[in-house]
Amino acid sequence: MTRLTTATALALIWASGALAQTELTMWYHGAGNQVESEIINQIISDFNASQSDWHVTIESFPQAAYNDAVVAAALAGDLPDILDVDGPIMPNWAWAGYLQPLPIDPAKIESFLPGPKGTWNDQLYSVGLWDAAVALVTRQSTLDELGLRTPTLEEPWTLEEFMGAMEAAKASGKYDYAIDLGMSDQGEWYPYAFLPFLWSFGGDLVDVQADPQTAEGVLNGDAGLKFGEWWQGMFANGYAPGPSQDPADHASGFQEGKYAFSWNGNWLALPFLEAYDDVVFLPAPDFGNGNYIGGASWQFAVSGTTEHPEGGAAFIEFALQDKYLAQFSDGIGLIPPTTTAAAMTQNYKESGPMAVFYDLSADQARLRPVTPGYPVASKVFLKAMMDIANGADVADTLDSAVDEIDADIQANNGYAQAQ
Amino acid sequence: MAAIDPSNRGLRLFARYAVLTLVAVIFAFPLVFMLVSSLKPDDQLLRDTASLRAFLPVGDLSLRNYYAAFDRAPVGTFILNSVFVTGVTVALSLFVCSLAGFAFVFLRWTGRDLVLSVILATLIVPFETIAIPLLLVVSKLPWIGAEGLTLGWLNTYRVQIVPFIADGLTIFLFVQYFKDLPGDLIEAARVEGASNWQIYRRIVMPLSGPILATAAILKFLVMYNQYLWPLMVVQEEGRRPVMVGLQYFFQLNRAWGEIMAYLSLITVPVLAFYLYLQRAFIASIASTGVKG
Repeated sequence: MTRLTTATALALIWASGALAQTELTMWYHGAGNQVESEIINQIISDFNASQSDWHVTIESFPQAAYNDAVVAAALAGDLPDILDVDGPIMPNWAWAGYLQPLPIDPAKIESFLPGPKGTWNDQLYSVGLWDAAVALVTRQSTLDELGLRTPTLEEPWTLEEFMGAMEAAKASGKYDYAIDLGMSDQGEWYPYAFLPFLWSFGGDLVDVQADPQTAEGVLNGDAGLKFGEWWQGMFANGYAPGPSQDPADHASGFQEGKYAFSWNGNWLALPFLEAYDDVVFLPAPDFGNGNYIGGASWQFAVSGTTEHPEGGAAFIEFALQDKYLAQFSDGIGLIPPTTTAAAMTQNYKESGPMAVFYDLSADQARLRPVTPGYPVASKVFLKAMMDIANGADVADTLDSAVDEIDADIQANNGYAQAQ
Repeated sequence: MAAIDPSNRGLRLFARYAVLTLVAVIFAFPLVFMLVSSLKPDDQLLRDTASLRAFLPVGDLSLRNYYAAFDRAPVGTFILNSVFVTGVTVALSLFVCSLAGFAFVFLRWTGRDLVLSVILATLIVPFETIAIPLLLVVSKLPWIGAEGLTLGWLNTYRVQIVPFIADGLTIFLFVQYFKDLPGDLIEAARVEGASNWQIYRRIVMPLSGPILATAAILKFLVMYNQYLWPLMVVQEEGRRPVMVGLQYFFQLNRAWGEIMAYLSLITVPVLAFYLYLQRAFIASIASTGVKG
């Protein structure tokens, strides 16, 4: 009887604790990805059990539908407390009031790679549990056969060396194309993967330092024109398949020997490693103004309408533990944001098969323009890249793109004031 | 090349069937590709797309993609949600729109032509243009249920059903069909003292099988393929329909076999519904000239 009374008392204490927890809703973009779902559910379960103040429940959305769902919910005044956001979109959502500054201890993310830190207007709005990186993928045997130097982070290929590699691969007659740029993936891949080439030529998508912000002179200036001519030449000279590329070739062409090189992300690296035992991940080339890759992936934030930002921040801080960062990396192949977490992973620990991506992310990553205008500018860029690849006049296309981007900036009063 | 003798009936028949077979094959190819691909592993599926093997059930065939699809997403829930929302909407739509059509054709009331014109004018308004205002409305609408009075219809079945019960196209179809019904029949019923409801229920509806089938199929396709609206108003996984569910399969590493398996599964209700109503559908098109 005493034992029963004690058990009842304990159950009541537990229940009262659970009842005292404030409910927090969280939206996540990973529906359909079983591995990701298992890890995020584990983190939530651990968090709910670790303290008595907050109780997080999750609603997952498929990634392709996520942004539209968030925007619709914001219009209907139905945003959750915590949500995740793609890094380059964050400034737009912060500007629109969908997000509020994230009140977490800055020391928690001091050692993080720059990509996963979502800062806008000098305020932290979001933090990521991982980053992504792009590399020039090839085989050591390919480099040897074509007589090419292996580029390094300290000494990447120059424009001449890069084009020499393209020509050597084409002249060998062994490949359908010298390089797969991923032209069939016609979404955020274009600005993420191809803006680094524009940066390397010295151009940019938007000058965010200008007042008001503008694309004039950076996208269609001399550097932009040089980039555009080079870009068009990649397709006109038959080095790479254009926008009509078969998605199946993009998915498996490198493994089947159709391409000598592949400009691809680390999330697709594992199939390459399975196909060949001499795969090498090379740094981006330097076309004269530095060598870059895109940074920032999905990040966690608290909504602009939540009454409990401190609860959301408590959950996000909890999720930033190295063990969870390592779990995510092992599960979905992306780069953990700290060296300590990287050391705990299978792929990114020292001597791990993808460790080079950590260095690429640390040394080459550059954020896509941190501006609320990015969602529009990125879509304009995508269209311009496709048009130029299909043979459109470079100067006219870039001028039109600039007009469209600047018109959007003007229509939104320069995106200067937070709403 | 020898000319076809117009008097040679057999040859003409052969040519006609050859053309029809070719057209049928062209239309069937995507479905065959979908079904066959759903049985293949991804690497084979992608390899086969370069040849006619893509349309043949050859190689390593299994139901693995179907099992994986059910593991990745609550496929059964999505299909049930879509069938429920679509079924209820179609049934209510046929009832409400046929009543409206009846009122426009058989009743005399002031402003009838103006109201019909306004309804027909809505045909040129794409749904995307009213989606956001509609979202703002439904997010504030009251509802009395088990929990008492609540505000907002988001995350419910009714928000996926009610806005689509009445629409200009379905009303127009009924109006056009009812105009061709023999007026004498209606007048005779009136003379016999039948009420409007009795005329609708006992005379007009029994003669409207073809248009009911046509309207049902058109409405079914619209509702079953809903994507934008449920994406905007339904956040809970348990209420999502099949087209939003399709996005579960478009991950960074796309599992094409699973996508084909999912598409095959969600196509079954559409084909079953069409096959069930096709005879009446074709009869309706033949009699009214309406194209689906």
